[in-house]
Amino acid sequence: MANDHIIGTSVPRKEGREKVTGQAQYVDDMVLPDMLHGATVRSHVPRGKIKKISFGPEVAWDEYVIVSAKDIPGANCIALIVDDQPCLASEFVNHPEEPILLLAHPDRHVLPKAVAAVSIEYENLPAVFAIDESERRSEIIWGADNTFKTYLVEKGDVDKVWNDAAFIVEGEYSTGAQEQLYIENNGMIAAFDPAQGITVWGSLQCPYYVHKALMKLCNLPEDRVRVVQMETGGAFGGKEEYPSMIAGHAALLAMKSGRPVKIIYDRMEDMVATTKRHPSRTRHRTALDKDGKILGGEIDFTIDGGAYATLSSVVLSRGTIHAGGAYYWPSIRIRAKAVATNAPPHGAFRGFGAPQSLFAMERHMDRIAQTIGISPIEIRRRNFLKTGQTTTTDQTVREPIDLDKLLDRALRLSDYSAKRKRFTAQNKVQNEVATKKKGMGIATFLHGAGFTGSGERYLNSLVAVEGCADGSVRVQVSSTEFGQGTKTVLSQIVAETLGLKYEDVEVAPADTQAVPNSGPTVASRTVMVVGKIVQSAALGIKQTLEAAGLLGDSYSSEQFRAACRNYVAAHGTFRSLARYEAPAGVFWDDAKYRGEAYAAFAWAVYIAEVSVDLTTYGVSVDDFVALQEVGRVLHPILAEGQITGGVAQAIGLALYEKVIWQNGRMQNGQMTNYLMPTSADLPPIRVFFEELGNLHGAFGAKGIGELPMDGPAPAIVNAVVDALGIPFNSIPLLAEDVFEALTAQELAQGEPQFTGGIR
Amino acid sequence: MTQSPRKKNDGKCELSLQVNGERKMVRVYPMERLLDVLRHEFNLTGTKEGCGEGECGSCSVLIDGALVNSCLVPVLQAKDAAIVTIEGLAAQGSSRRIQQAFLECGGAQCGICTPGMILAAVHLLDKQAQPTLADIQEGLSGNLCRCTGYMQIFEAVAEAVRRGTS
Repeated sequence: MANDHIIGTSVPRKEGREKVTGQAQYVDDMVLPDMLHGATVRSHVPRGKIKKISFGPEVAWDEYVIVSAKDIPGANCIALIVDDQPCLASEFVNHPEEPILLLAHPDRHVLPKAVAAVSIEYENLPAVFAIDESERRSEIIWGADNTFKTYLVEKGDVDKVWNDAAFIVEGEYSTGAQEQLYIENNGMIAAFDPAQGITVWGSLQCPYYVHKALMKLCNLPEDRVRVVQMETGGAFGGKEEYPSMIAGHAALLAMKSGRPVKIIYDRMEDMVATTKRHPSRTRHRTALDKDGKILGGEIDFTIDGGAYATLSSVVLSRGTIHAGGAYYWPSIRIRAKAVATNAPPHGAFRGFGAPQSLFAMERHMDRIAQTIGISPIEIRRRNFLKTGQTTTTDQTVREPIDLDKLLDRALRLSDYSAKRKRFTAQNKVQNEVATKKKGMGIATFLHGAGFTGSGERYLNSLVAVEGCADGSVRVQVSSTEFGQGTKTVLSQIVAETLGLKYEDVEVAPADTQAVPNSGPTVASRTVMVVGKIVQSAALGIKQTLEAAGLLGDSYSSEQFRAACRNYVAAHGTFRSLARYEAPAGVFWDDAKYRGEAYAAFAWAVYIAEVSVDLTTYGVSVDDFVALQEVGRVLHPILAEGQITGGVAQAIGLALYEKVIWQNGRMQNGQMTNYLMPTSADLPPIRVFFEELGNLHGAFGAKGIGELPMDGPAPAIVNAVVDALGIPFNSIPLLAEDVFEALTAQELAQGEPQFTGGIR
Repeated sequence: MTQSPRKKNDGKCELSLQVNGERKMVRVYPMERLLDVLRHEFNLTGTKEGCGEGECGSCSVLIDGALVNSCLVPVLQAKDAAIVTIEGLAAQGSSRRIQQAFLECGGAQCGICTPGMILAAVHLLDKQAQPTLADIQEGLSGNLCRCTGYMQIFEAVAEAVRRGTS
């Protein structure tokens, strides 16, 4: 073997050179001859019937290409799961910023004025904006009952536990919407040729999602729709489903005009019109014995899906399965529901429902600890899932995970006990003169990798590895690179499998005309699931060369290249295909929501140290320990980068990022007033790995990308509660929330009223 | 309004800029954003637009050595000035060191903030050859990155400093 140390080393990112020199080509960097620029006319009301559309006299409309729903050659929908979302509203609008008309013009400067010159009259209809409003069903805005999807998970007989319980602890927790805020806004270019069909180039995660949507919208067969991913400047789930909409819009304009059309959103359009993380509400009722062991519980988990079904059923599914956290429940009943409101549809965002339900679970654990009078550490230790026990869906934990040991290590790394003791003393003693209070918070959690339950079987992913004429090897997948390092890690896997140099392996551009459907790049599935299939396809290359007598038992990478060259010279195109194979003995019941939910779980213990400033009421995170078991780490720098990036986004979710809603529309759709963490806002994020390995993943890898989104928010809020003794149960937790709660507490305690910051 | 006899009155003006060491003439609207002129007139697409309002720093360039958001600069304001974009860094050894460190330390993930971030790092190290971590955090705080959580960017800058002094 030429090199058996590629897995586990931090080789340079495949497309890194282009990125650090500014040469990488993103969609807005591409210009086609004769290209028009497109813009979208959107609704200004949350719900209504379109009465009249008029075009203002100040615009020379004959210079514009104008597309309405009437111009759609196929079905007016964005094909995804339920197909209820129109590409262009024709009669009714169901949320603000819903697309109604499309305009295109050679000069992009004139488009904003033209968009503003279209006026639309509506007959307003009553609208619904919150989960509880939607549940009351006083107004039905979607289907028969405003409900996109429900799940019921039942294990054991939870109705019997309440009588025997020493403690029953209830709590309600909520999380807000969060904008993905990739730094590259959404964008797409489409070109149409009657013979070739439609081609789109864009910023996107899932080429075959866009492909499927365009076939249906444009009424074109498979081979006349081509989707090419450009370099993509961040996605985080935000470019999972909405790119199909923009691609559809660009395609319609290109078909009508006969010219290429580019649509690039500006920041505000991207923020107010495209998807965000689902807001959620979780109610817990838990029965415990006198020692704090869980006997059983009920969890009601509800998410706000916005106006159309889109991915809400799947987000709800993941949130539901993660709702019981990393604990053993002898009995449980989880009722989950996704409801409709008249806001733009909420969508995929890293973690996909799990950060929402795990925030509730981990805050609730601290509430239980406090009620019973034991420490946040002890309550977790007494209830940790252990190998051989079953999850809430009756999945037996087979991995040799030891959460006690993981917790011990995180406590040592964070110096938890000594610090907590010191902070508790300081918080009490210095009450009169203190300028800040400090606290420590823990979250222990898990995250399932890959599609849920039978999902991977339905996807039936296909990959190819090609032996090229020059002797190099090329991976062909629709799995996309958008910062995580897809190209790098898949190349490592193939190089290691074939005994080649990292430089001998390339990954083909994600172009549906050239690569098979390896499934969407979501759900932390790329390295673990797709990587494993890629490995198997790579082995096919080797076996073929061996069978042809071109390769011996041991060979150098030069000998391999020569064998590959000779094979291609003799036989032509040399491709090895491989398809997903479900692990043996995996059982999942879609109707009862029981069985093996995920092929593997990643496990983690996160510990936050926070300060609350008693003058500004701002919370700052001073130290953050992120310890996780993610199977084998294939590329230490990329893996660490996934964790630090996820933790930073989750610190934003916990403390900074608040979407202000008014009548279903985001009011703060700018980076000026929707704040994400800057380099000066973050603590040292200290990342540590345990490596147990994983039978199902390539070289023992598990999914990693979403895990770090789950734990930071509850760890931080638990730390704030530790510092102040006030039970905060909603995120984001902003300075004004802390101010209000502290002021209310002081009033209740009869202390002097707000002193204007002098303490 | 008086009309120039030499050109039609389309509101555009002719001005000269020094871009990456090369003097260039360009006919543009005087209030056109420098960002658009760089991208559309000179095809220097390494300068990225993230927010269009000076918050994210993706469009950072150096104007006469100062770090600016090119989305906020009317091109007229950059008349005769020396502008450096990411494409102009390759020539300088110290900048190459920073780019290499970003590549090796994980400082670039999706890459969209990277050109601006690297220019901010170049600017920081021009002013402070031996920055502390706090200096680095402060020096890069006008450039947002959504992927990395910044830790590996700090490490990249620190590594570039180490290599520069060794």
